[in-house]
Amino acid sequence: MTDSATMPQPVSIGRRLKRFMADRPLIPLIILLVILVVILQMLRPGIVNERWIANTAKFAIPLAILAGCQTMTMLTGGIDLSVGTVATMSAFIMATQIVNQDPAVAFLLAMLPAVLIGLVNGIGVGVFRVHPLIMTLGTSLIGTGFLQVYQRTVIASGARIPDFLNWLGTGVTYGFPNALLLFMPVAVLIVFMLNRTGFGRLLYAVGDNERAARLSGVRYWQVITALYILSSLLAGITGLLYIGLIKAPSLSLAEPLVLPSVAAAVIGGTSIFGGRGGYMGTIIGALILTVLTTLLTILQMPEGGRRILFGFIVLFVTAAYLRIIEDR
Amino acid sequence: MTTSPLLDATGVAKNYGAVAALRNASLSVLPGEVHALMGANGAGKSTLVKILTGAIRADAGRILIRGEQLDIRSPAAARRAGLLPVYQEPALIPDLDVLSNLRLTGTPVEPFRAWVRELGIPDLDIRETARHIPLAILRVLDLARALAVEPDVLVLDEMTAALPANLAEKVLEVVRRQGDAGRSVIFISHRFVEISALCDRATVLRDGSTVGVVDIEPGIEERIVEMMLGTRIEKTRVSARAANDVTTAAGSRPRLSVRNLQLGTKLNDVSFELANGEVAGVFALEGQGQDELFAALAGSIRPTGGSIGVDGAPVKFSHPSDAIQAGIAYVPGDRTEALAMQRSVRENIALPFSAALRKWGPIRMRREQVVVSSAVARLQIDTRAQGEVQRLSGGNQQKVTIARWIAANARTILCFDPTRGIDVGTKQEIYKLLRELAGQDKSVLFYTSEIEEVQRVCDRVIVIFGGRVVDTFPVEQADEASLMRAAYGLPRGARADVGILAEVKPGSNAEAAS
Repeated sequence: MTDSATMPQPVSIGRRLKRFMADRPLIPLIILLVILVVILQMLRPGIVNERWIANTAKFAIPLAILAGCQTMTMLTGGIDLSVGTVATMSAFIMATQIVNQDPAVAFLLAMLPAVLIGLVNGIGVGVFRVHPLIMTLGTSLIGTGFLQVYQRTVIASGARIPDFLNWLGTGVTYGFPNALLLFMPVAVLIVFMLNRTGFGRLLYAVGDNERAARLSGVRYWQVITALYILSSLLAGITGLLYIGLIKAPSLSLAEPLVLPSVAAAVIGGTSIFGGRGGYMGTIIGALILTVLTTLLTILQMPEGGRRILFGFIVLFVTAAYLRIIEDR
Repeated sequence: MTTSPLLDATGVAKNYGAVAALRNASLSVLPGEVHALMGANGAGKSTLVKILTGAIRADAGRILIRGEQLDIRSPAAARRAGLLPVYQEPALIPDLDVLSNLRLTGTPVEPFRAWVRELGIPDLDIRETARHIPLAILRVLDLARALAVEPDVLVLDEMTAALPANLAEKVLEVVRRQGDAGRSVIFISHRFVEISALCDRATVLRDGSTVGVVDIEPGIEERIVEMMLGTRIEKTRVSARAANDVTTAAGSRPRLSVRNLQLGTKLNDVSFELANGEVAGVFALEGQGQDELFAALAGSIRPTGGSIGVDGAPVKFSHPSDAIQAGIAYVPGDRTEALAMQRSVRENIALPFSAALRKWGPIRMRREQVVVSSAVARLQIDTRAQGEVQRLSGGNQQKVTIARWIAANARTILCFDPTRGIDVGTKQEIYKLLRELAGQDKSVLFYTSEIEEVQRVCDRVIVIFGGRVVDTFPVEQADEASLMRAAYGLPRGARADVGILAEVKPGSNAEAAS
């Protein structure tokens, strides 16, 4: 047993630091974030100001919510690759239905595919035991196909971004982006759910040891179905927020966010094997990725070089972080 | 006999870390002999066989084959030396057909076919994928595959365990003829009937050492049981349990009643009752159906026949949560099956509270804290490393698996070998706890592979052999010799001269059976 209480002899500073980090996994992440911001400020003195912070938050928020979907599913040992398609679908349906429909009806229509895809994912993974990677990839492709069919039916009527979503996505009040009005409650809810509710406990338990959960009376399919529906709903809402930010409905609107959302959760310390992690880390992970993107943009590299560097940095950061926090 | 042994192993030892699996085992097999290797659970039979067949390497010891010292480094080397095992688990690769499996090991096809026919399977299609062949047939094919290369020493580990009677008979016949043909067989079995019908001599292992080599003759089973138990045969304390005499509860309904329970070929017509305030022991050799019995009672698998009643009402469990609803909790022997290793002690203990759909909401943290800490205090779990259960010692982990159900206030606990691989102090605490539970009118079904635990914990013992309840002892009569005999399927109270051997070999001179 590596129990600190049983080891009275002095430990080296490095080791103590490591243990400190291992007990508080958020601290190294915050340090990394600060370092990135400092580098940015050194490269472009004056860039870090109130406006820049608000802007960074605006772009980090949709990523952070989608990364929340990944965090929750990854805790059970799963993954949700359909979040991009779901977000795109709800955004696209909202933008096209608002032209002729009441906003409330448009909203319900927009959330419908999210619920359906979540339900199908949940049943596929929870009941038929399809691997989450394949299941959500499959529903994602199917969803994209449906969206293309749907697009033909609404070409004539055109699309419009509702004012409210515009305000929510891009607006800034007293220096704070309005998107925080949506994000704050969502983040609090996810953190509360993971730590203080029975459902949250089950996500961790199922991901850590499904058999143990079963022997404790947990019905796997119930947990998984509820989880994937929740994940899809969050993705749908993110889509509405994102269309307010991007303002151009397209068939691949949120698709570029999918892999970064997985990366944000992984950087934030959530294990893809399940049972380990949390949402606070994920939020910081999303911020790190957003700042990193800005940093690479101002370096004025060609797109290819930027991507290569981005990939290397994500790999390096994740590996280093796991080394730091996994202290046994 | 003066012939020199074909195989002669002496002083074989093997350690796994601090645990000695074999201390000083020896085994000497003569040409043309069918030699039984016997011993209680954990005596070291499997380890010895694995060493002889090159699956693992010994730490010490000398192995002579035909008088020549050999260092068997791999299964292939053992094969070249003429030693061939048939293990308990089927060894054919499931995704290949039989023919490809034969090619894989370079087994000649025609002799294989001949053996398969000989073993009572006339219509085998060798193009069949192994996955689609029933388990019993697969075992026979394993045997035929071994026979086809004509090994000098054939090692059979519980060969007849999964076989229906007609196939088992054929197998025994063929094995017997191997001996007649001058080849040797090492035969591992828990069944005295087979051993007496088949074997010439037996080597008995206890705690990793060879304690005796005997000729198989009528009445010898008594001595073998004695040897397997060793000095432990003297009476251990039979504690009077006046405090909770279960017989007084004769009028009340049993907590759990099992009637004619059937589960494939694993459980056959199992019936017993468990009263409130009782600790009933289940004693069995490995793989006699006890795993399936506990799984069925815990709702993990559905029985194929028979009924289970709780408090007099019939129940059908389709998921462990059904059993938990009925107040029946299952503590598996393998802690890694029961614990979320990366989670805290608290979360692990509180896990059943959140299981039901209506309990998914906010947790009342303070109340949970109270319940969990009282369970932790009751089991004296060392919580210095409570952040992650995987950092706890084995004994403390086991305590967490039990504490969970103390906290959930389960009325019946199914404990499957709860003391396996934990320290003596913790064992004592667990015994005490189980007795306390019984004192509070809870009931416990307690499977153990350690025979001395029966006396310490149980009010009554149910002995299972070959998927059947073969005997039930009140604790006063459950001395180790009687239990061990029953666990080997020997009838109770039979004297040496009226043992099974007398029935099997009617021609022999020790006939006092009636």
